[in-house]
Amino acid sequence: MIETKTRTLVANYSDLQVRSGYSVKMNDEEVALFKVTNGKVYGIENRSPHPKGGVLTEGLVSGEYVFCPVYDWKISLVDGKVQAPDEGQVKTYQVEVEADNVYIII
Amino acid sequence: MKKLVMIGNGMAGVRTIEEILKLSPNQFEITIFGQEPHPNYNRIKLSNILQGDTSFEEIIINPLDWYKENNIQLFTGEAVTKIDIAAKKVISDQGREVEYDDLIIATGSNSFILPIPGADKIGVTGFRDIKDCEMMIKSAENYKKAIVIGGGLLGLEAARGLLNLGMKVDVVHLMPSLMERQLDPIASSLLKTELESQGMRFLMEKETVEIIGDERVAGLRFKDGSFARADLVVMAIGIKSNTMVAKESGIYVNRGIVVNDFMETSAPNVYAVGECAEHREIVYGLVAPLYEQGKILAERICGKEAAPYEGSVTGTQLKVAGVDLYSAGEIFEDGTTKSIMVYNEYEGIYKRVLVRDNRIVGIVLYGDTKDSTRLFRMLSKKEDITGISIFESQCSADGGGGDIASMLNDELVCGCNGVTKGAIVEAIKTQGLTTLDQVSHCTNAGRSCGRCKPMVNDILAYTLGDQFDASAAQKTSICGCTTISREELVAEIKEKGLTSVKEVMNVLEWNNEEGCTKCRPAINYYLGMIHMDEYKDDRDSRLVNEKMHANIQKDGTYSVVPRMYGGVTTAADLKKIAEVAEKYEVPLVKLTGGQRIGLFGVKKEDLPSMWEELDLPSGYAYGKTLRTVKTCVGAQFCRYGTQDSMSLGIELEKKFERLDTPHKVKMGVSACPRNCSEAGIKDIGFVGIDGGWEIYVAGNGGVDLRAGDLLATVKTEADVMEMTGAYLQYYRETANYLERTSKWVERVGLEHVKEVLANAETRKELNERMDQTLKKYIEPWNEAIESEEIKDKYYTKHTVKAGE
Repeated sequence: MIETKTRTLVANYSDLQVRSGYSVKMNDEEVALFKVTNGKVYGIENRSPHPKGGVLTEGLVSGEYVFCPVYDWKISLVDGKVQAPDEGQVKTYQVEVEADNVYIII
Repeated sequence: MKKLVMIGNGMAGVRTIEEILKLSPNQFEITIFGQEPHPNYNRIKLSNILQGDTSFEEIIINPLDWYKENNIQLFTGEAVTKIDIAAKKVISDQGREVEYDDLIIATGSNSFILPIPGADKIGVTGFRDIKDCEMMIKSAENYKKAIVIGGGLLGLEAARGLLNLGMKVDVVHLMPSLMERQLDPIASSLLKTELESQGMRFLMEKETVEIIGDERVAGLRFKDGSFARADLVVMAIGIKSNTMVAKESGIYVNRGIVVNDFMETSAPNVYAVGECAEHREIVYGLVAPLYEQGKILAERICGKEAAPYEGSVTGTQLKVAGVDLYSAGEIFEDGTTKSIMVYNEYEGIYKRVLVRDNRIVGIVLYGDTKDSTRLFRMLSKKEDITGISIFESQCSADGGGGDIASMLNDELVCGCNGVTKGAIVEAIKTQGLTTLDQVSHCTNAGRSCGRCKPMVNDILAYTLGDQFDASAAQKTSICGCTTISREELVAEIKEKGLTSVKEVMNVLEWNNEEGCTKCRPAINYYLGMIHMDEYKDDRDSRLVNEKMHANIQKDGTYSVVPRMYGGVTTAADLKKIAEVAEKYEVPLVKLTGGQRIGLFGVKKEDLPSMWEELDLPSGYAYGKTLRTVKTCVGAQFCRYGTQDSMSLGIELEKKFERLDTPHKVKMGVSACPRNCSEAGIKDIGFVGIDGGWEIYVAGNGGVDLRAGDLLATVKTEADVMEMTGAYLQYYRETANYLERTSKWVERVGLEHVKEVLANAETRKELNERMDQTLKKYIEPWNEAIESEEIKDKYYTKHTVKAGE
């Protein structure tokens, strides 16, 4: 099977401030982009997995985790998993940084 | 895929489905029928709802999304009325027909309602589901007097809840002692005395024969001819398995739906689990055995080799109105038994073990249930107790490790949340946990009723071995990132002269470098409290609302609430607000609870320009700070007003606005004791009297409804400001972050606070520190408008459209 992947330029790396969230709309999906303290950039779906939802971009970032700003769930930016004792998972996106360009690959 | 249908949507049934999904996630197409219009919730917690400790939302175990995620078709508010065993399908009361390959009946039980005249009157209820709870809460709003029939666990919990709701409560019990199936007469009378001191009244050895009244209940008539008045009657005399649908469909039913050791009923491919099932002539009502049944049933249905269910020997661990109880096995002496007893009337502790032929056959513990696991194991394993000391009472330094060592890994420690010893040990080892608090956070153990906490602590001690530090483990650490407590943190900041959040986490060796949402805002607060005007606030350590100076809504929009000192505004300001609301197409304009105008549904990027056009200060409707000072009209216009409440309210709000406090602070000022500003339920409330002001503190109109206590009566407005400043500063310096004044005063004691504030010199010092702190604040909306950096970092919408 052949898979087609699209690489979309979404931001300039130097514009991203560490521990802040940026929302990127890609067709019907909204991605929350975070640059963490170690310089890596992660992309996860911008919607809390809590049953009542909520955005993630305004959450407090600690290491490679973001805390959902509305219900305080701790979510891994690496694999999208909600940390115990809460449960759930958000979709993660593949992010590539080349020079000053940040791409999302879908 | 095989079709699996379940009738019933309660704890035992849904737990079984969870076990099935764990074993074999894609084997079944699952349909669940639930008679109640809710997803699965924690029935054990109903008494907490009644007692006002929690909300319905919080006791939902499986939210609707869980059903969706697992592709479970859920029909709520729909009961199955018939099972067609031959055609393998169920038929609901709405005529829906669903076919099954396997069918689970998990219909639970109903309250047993006495079959006496009048039992159908309005105001008579069982205590079984959320509907009963709601009915009781509603009754408490309009009526005063309740009677609970039944002095067992459920009845006493209902009674305690109704007391909390402000009702007068009589408990009617048929037998001469309470909870006679679990407690011996001594424990029972201790419990009765305790409950009487909490305000319950008992009518013992009374048999109810009629419920009297017109449409609504008015009272009870007893067999001995006496009467008791009641506006609400709660029957809590027991449960009755809900077997109707099984019975009518030809499945063999005795007291419950009869099942074998694999939870199979008399019909092929039909199983029963939970309170509706009868196994070896026993219907279980406690959650732990039901979860055990669920596990075995899941294995069976998934075609796994299942060990048969051989029944559960249960000890009952209970907490009734704050008293810990434990009971297992035989209760009464029968001539062949001997008792070992500890009776400490002074501390309210009573323990008794019944022994026959050197073996424990019964246990009753009252007030201290620490020995329960060990004793229960000795009971169930029939250990010879010759030469063994029965009550170790005080935990030895090794934390009773021997006990824990002999526990199996799959032994359930927390029955409420189904957490096993193995899961706790693993969490401790893999996540490096060292305090009880951390274990609770990570595993959920002890987070519901909390009765298993002593055991969790023992497991912690056993797992950590030499590294276990008993006093550290007991501490309530600020969060999972550290083991240090609030007191230690404040002391360390002062001693080591720490000046930033990052430095605190670094120097005090946080195990999580960048902290979390619990510790970072707390550290930021304590630093600001200690260093007063010298501390530079760390905006990114604040949670979203305080960081944004606006309240986030669940769709990511914000609300804007301008300051309106004392709730007093002008036509000009109203016009401005109206124009801004129109221009930005604000979806909702509403008066808030604190006499302010709120604009809701504002986009993040519109905030700075809206603030600029409003040209009003922030109302801080989002912060841990002074929220609002509500005022009544007062002496300026009102014919009853004895004092100028509006001007005092405005003065208070102007002085203390923007001040960081451990939690939000609300004030109210009324010009006379009619108290139109509701100052009696504010953190600080002021009531004008002839020639002065009364100052009330620690009132709360929210979750912990609490009337304020009179702190002081003073003569002038200057006195009011002085006392208020000192009180607020003392709260700021001694409360835990996120502790409301009501909780704080209850913790430290009103008398203590009064004593501290009685000293004029102390008040002066507190006010000096308050004034120095107040110097540092600047208006945040204006700051944002004027700073491109702030605007760019916090209020610019960084949306990149794909392909642009």
